[in-house]
Amino acid sequence: MQALYAQLLVGLINGSFYALLSLGLAVIFGMLNIINFAHGALYMMGAFCAYFLLNIFGLNYWYALVLAPIAVGIFGMLLERTLLKWIAGLDHLYGLLLTFGIALIIQGVFQNYFGSSGLPYAIPPQLQGGMNLGFMFLPIYRGWVVVFSLVVCIATWYLIERTRLGAYLRAATENPNLVRAFGINVPRMITLTYGLGIGLAALAGVLSAPINQVRPLMGADLIIVVFAVVVIGGMGSIMGSVITGFALGVVEGLTKYFYPEASNTVVFVLMVLVLLVKPTGLTGRAT
Amino acid sequence: MSVITDNSASGSSGRGIRDEMVAFVLMAVLLAAVPFSGIYPFFVMQALCFALFTCAFNLLIGYGGLLSFGHAMFLGTAGYFTAHALKVWGVSPAIGIIIGTAGACALSIVTGWISIRRQGIYFAMITLALSQLVFFVYLQTPFTHGEDGIQGIPQGMLFGLFDLSQPTTLYYVILAAFLLAFLLIFRAINSPFGEVLKAIRENEPRAISLGYKTDHYKLMAFILSGTLSGFAGSLKVFVAQNASLTDVHWTMSGEIVLMALIGGLGTVFGPVVGAFIIVAMQQYLAGFGQWVTVIQGVIFVVCVLTFRRGIVGEIAALFKRSL
Repeated sequence: MQALYAQLLVGLINGSFYALLSLGLAVIFGMLNIINFAHGALYMMGAFCAYFLLNIFGLNYWYALVLAPIAVGIFGMLLERTLLKWIAGLDHLYGLLLTFGIALIIQGVFQNYFGSSGLPYAIPPQLQGGMNLGFMFLPIYRGWVVVFSLVVCIATWYLIERTRLGAYLRAATENPNLVRAFGINVPRMITLTYGLGIGLAALAGVLSAPINQVRPLMGADLIIVVFAVVVIGGMGSIMGSVITGFALGVVEGLTKYFYPEASNTVVFVLMVLVLLVKPTGLTGRAT
Repeated sequence: MSVITDNSASGSSGRGIRDEMVAFVLMAVLLAAVPFSGIYPFFVMQALCFALFTCAFNLLIGYGGLLSFGHAMFLGTAGYFTAHALKVWGVSPAIGIIIGTAGACALSIVTGWISIRRQGIYFAMITLALSQLVFFVYLQTPFTHGEDGIQGIPQGMLFGLFDLSQPTTLYYVILAAFLLAFLLIFRAINSPFGEVLKAIRENEPRAISLGYKTDHYKLMAFILSGTLSGFAGSLKVFVAQNASLTDVHWTMSGEIVLMALIGGLGTVFGPVVGAFIIVAMQQYLAGFGQWVTVIQGVIFVVCVLTFRRGIVGEIAALFKRSL
């Protein structure tokens, strides 16, 4: 039973990364109509940012948790301003190709300087150790990742669904021209939205640094799984992405316990099943 | 909203087809002369395999408007099947190619049936996820030998006549296969089937309202594309004499998109030009290590931002010809 709970926890952690990443993808897709292939690369940059902050500037994990998403988010906004805005209005597929190119560039540069092996990042002292919950032993850092991700996801949901800014954002997603006519600066909102999505990815990167090590290709395979998560969940609703992300992480963890050979593929198999039963995704609208 | 290919203006007039036939003869003559020119034949053979692969890919994106981000699965599947048949079962080359191509065909029927349920970016994400699924399957099944791949594959005698271990013979066999498949694709594009595909690409609801079962056409295009990609993968086994995970990995799917994009999506000859450029680039820049990835990324960005018609598309637009 211990092993089962441990795999469930690993599943929940992976699920929180899926949730943070697919949430960002959904928000970005809503505003920019771009599927951001560079999301995995920017997630990786978040982890590297934490690594640099610690090893060059001596700023610990807690600073990284705030500074890395901001830094990478600003980098993302620069990307949007310099590259992505030129393909607005073109076929969505060009956005996919462009961001794929950006991902290749970022990952290639990091691979050149850091190779393919992982760099260690220590768990902050406040979160070291574990708790005995009676039925299982809970490493505190892992518990923290799950809880903190959940809080961030709910905060993002609140920001988008319940605040005035979020209302502008949703309105601009539906009809940018009309919102612009009301005097709201839609291009700036697009840039900020992209920054927000990227910031979430970078945050996931910082959270994963102590667990998965810091590697240039850490986001490359992850983003493909996240794509499958997005296909399963659909990009129609924020809560939908979050719940699907966590749920699929748990399913993956369970598979690791009961049938480890299939743990790499279970999300893709589920995607196939969902496509056969409900092609628009679980929460998605028809496109 | 614009369509993924800006190279869609070509009229199906007789002149367009005549231009293309002239270009085809020119290409065939140039390629046939390669062994006399002192160019490294291995490089050209490899480029021809990729050119065929890209042409097959282009059939789907350029004429059907479907961007597959998982085409490596067909290349890799056919490669593994052919390699296994040749090495373990000891079949003749022709049978090996048939087994590999049939494997890719079967895979394309299943994956096509699943993925055409969604359009646009979802289609791209689904094909990418499916190819990753296939990748993990090959990583774990024993017959692929995991990270090592299948190596030292015997080339054999084609039809008992042509000794494929002779570089020149192999070159002409590969060239003949490439030209045949190219003509097949060319024929498909200019057939009523191809016209319906173009109609679906331009406006699917209208094609539906005209009474076409667009899903059937898309599935047919997907199967044709996947099968021919598999054919390219089978041929590649004779050139490279190995089959490895590289051919199934998503980076390969990305490369093929890049080859088609730089040459010109939806052009007849663009994929060939793009494949030669990228294969040459990898050959000559191999010493730069990971910078090749960066350069590929830069080409992607530049192509998408400034150069969406691709090289052949720009030339064709300049001379108002269809190429």
